Amino acid sequence: MSRSIQPPALDRDVAAPVQPEHGPEQGPVGPAPLPARAPVRGRSRRRRWNPARIGIYVFLLGAAAFFLLPLYVMVVTSLKPMIEIRQGGILALPHAWTFEPWRQAWSGVCTGAACEGIRGGFRNSVWITVPSTLLAIAIGAVNGYALSFWRPRGANLLFGILLAGAFVPVQVMIYPLVRVMALAGIFGSLPAIVLVHLVFGMPVMTLLFRNYYAGVPHELFQAARIDGGGFWRIFLQVMLPMSLPIVVVAAIMQVTGVWNDYILGLVFAGRDNLPMTVELNNVINTTTGTRQYNVNMAATILTALLPLALYFFSGRWFVRGIAAGAVKG
Amino acid sequence: MAKVQLHKLHIRLGERDIIRDLDLQVEPGEFLVLLGPSGCGKSTLLHSIAGLVEPAGGAIEIGGHDMTDADPSERGIGMVFQSYALYPTMTVEANMSFGLRIAGTPRDEIRRRVARAAEMLQLDALLARKPAQLSGGQRQRVAIGRALVREAGVFLFDEPLSNLDAKLRAELRRELKLLHQALGSTMIYVTHDQVEAMTLASRIVVMEKGRIQQIGTPAEVYERPANRFVAGFLGAPAMAFIDGEVDGAGHFRGDAIALTPAVGVLPVPAGAVVLGVRPEHVAIRADGPLRAEVTLVEPMGNHQVVWLRCGRHALGALVHDMRSFAPGDQVAFAIDAARVSLFDPHDGQRR
Repeated sequence: MSRSIQPPALDRDVAAPVQPEHGPEQGPVGPAPLPARAPVRGRSRRRRWNPARIGIYVFLLGAAAFFLLPLYVMVVTSLKPMIEIRQGGILALPHAWTFEPWRQAWSGVCTGAACEGIRGGFRNSVWITVPSTLLAIAIGAVNGYALSFWRPRGANLLFGILLAGAFVPVQVMIYPLVRVMALAGIFGSLPAIVLVHLVFGMPVMTLLFRNYYAGVPHELFQAARIDGGGFWRIFLQVMLPMSLPIVVVAAIMQVTGVWNDYILGLVFAGRDNLPMTVELNNVINTTTGTRQYNVNMAATILTALLPLALYFFSGRWFVRGIAAGAVKG
Repeated sequence: MAKVQLHKLHIRLGERDIIRDLDLQVEPGEFLVLLGPSGCGKSTLLHSIAGLVEPAGGAIEIGGHDMTDADPSERGIGMVFQSYALYPTMTVEANMSFGLRIAGTPRDEIRRRVARAAEMLQLDALLARKPAQLSGGQRQRVAIGRALVREAGVFLFDEPLSNLDAKLRAELRRELKLLHQALGSTMIYVTHDQVEAMTLASRIVVMEKGRIQQIGTPAEVYERPANRFVAGFLGAPAMAFIDGEVDGAGHFRGDAIALTPAVGVLPVPAGAVVLGVRPEHVAIRADGPLRAEVTLVEPMGNHQVVWLRCGRHALGALVHDMRSFAPGDQVAFAIDAARVSLFDPHDGQRR
């Protein structure tokens, strides 16, 4: 399933009961349609364990170990008491399993002056991510829809400028944005950080939806026009209901982007709304007494848990979304 | 039933003039077919009647009202597209009623109209399905039904059968003709398929490069093409063109082909001409005055097309009996001088 994301097939010559897609390898079930095929299949089965294939597996396992080893170290360290950690043996499993570091990380560790764990950061991150994602998708979808179907004068120019915006480094814009926010009187507040995320997310959101709608036959839009649909009705009743795949992709991209953000949250969110990533940094950089490696590890895993879970459960969609954004310009 | 009138219509897309100063009048109840090769502007013309393309100049009148700047939904039209353009997330019933629901039509009225259209198009059993669960022919029926429920004065068809396979196309073509007979509505139909044009139209408009080449009944356009473009575009196998000249008595003389009976309508101005011969004007018979060699035989089941080489010219001949020919055969043939067409060699206009 490595196809890029496409709007639902509306027409083409697909006949009534939509046939399940089957790739070239249908498996051994059923009689082979051509006798000439049988020896080819036999050969491919023998080829499974030739040196090249073994090499591929060795490489893949090595790569997997390379990426999984740090995660393993983090998990086991977070489950050890400090006394075991000081003894060394970074790869060893814990002797005395303990969940105390996790409890500490969640609700007891000091993040600067207060010592209430990073749960506050988690709550802040949720408060930042939810509106940033919902609004970004809503605005991005309307942008993409308008650019694809209504084509206002100068649409291509506007889109070009928007895309160019995606390539300007965030750091360049921070100071001007701080000034603007201060002038508007919202600097250091939840609306400020949400607004910043909206601005920086807009190019990609618009691109995603524009490309998705570019794959929808223009005749569908024209039919809706003849049926009397206006801008919002066609968007809400015709286009949006068929946009679920790209909405999922956009949600994944925006949630991970906002959740993993550090610098924008640090600058714009204000002391009461610091996101989890900033709180995590505060935990790890607090140097009063001994470094509690196990608590640090637990806090880090907690912070990474949401994007990790998102990738884990929807990696396929995510890859498709990237393909949708990249292949079709 | 509504009349459609186009006055001095001018359409630009980007920098290009697609259609310039086009006048056309569509009579109420007429089945008008816009025929032409791709890129001739016929779809653009239809879209401008629908209000999907804004004209740069001229006027569009539908049912006696000036609709040049009206919104598509206000023009009293129904439209069927090549790609069906059904709303993929709606059921068949919702697809058909979408426009009526937007217009705020009472629910009973919507139900009545959808039921009527569904009955006419045999869609009753499919009303609860989604477009993805329908075959191509069924989808196009739904698209036609969606246009029907609007009970519009004019129906516009943009190559509605082009996505279907040959058998379904013929079937739906007949259904469309029956539908037109039953409804009596004005229909404007765009196609590049001459068979559709010939079978459906009460009048054909042949277009090329944004200009109308000829308007007439299918028989007129086929039998008396106004110029070489129309002559060559209609008819399969295509008309053969033979350069030559006529004398004052109407006798044609060209390379390897001379006709003694007078051609065209007398008096013919003598001079250089192009003779247009359709395959059915060529008869292979033993007493024919002309000689040729058979180069190819195409059996069609109920007839065969025999290709002849006569001098430099390749001529097709329709043979309706079971005589057998083989490449290399020498045959005698005759050309029906009363039915051929004569064109001016310079501007291609009919003489």
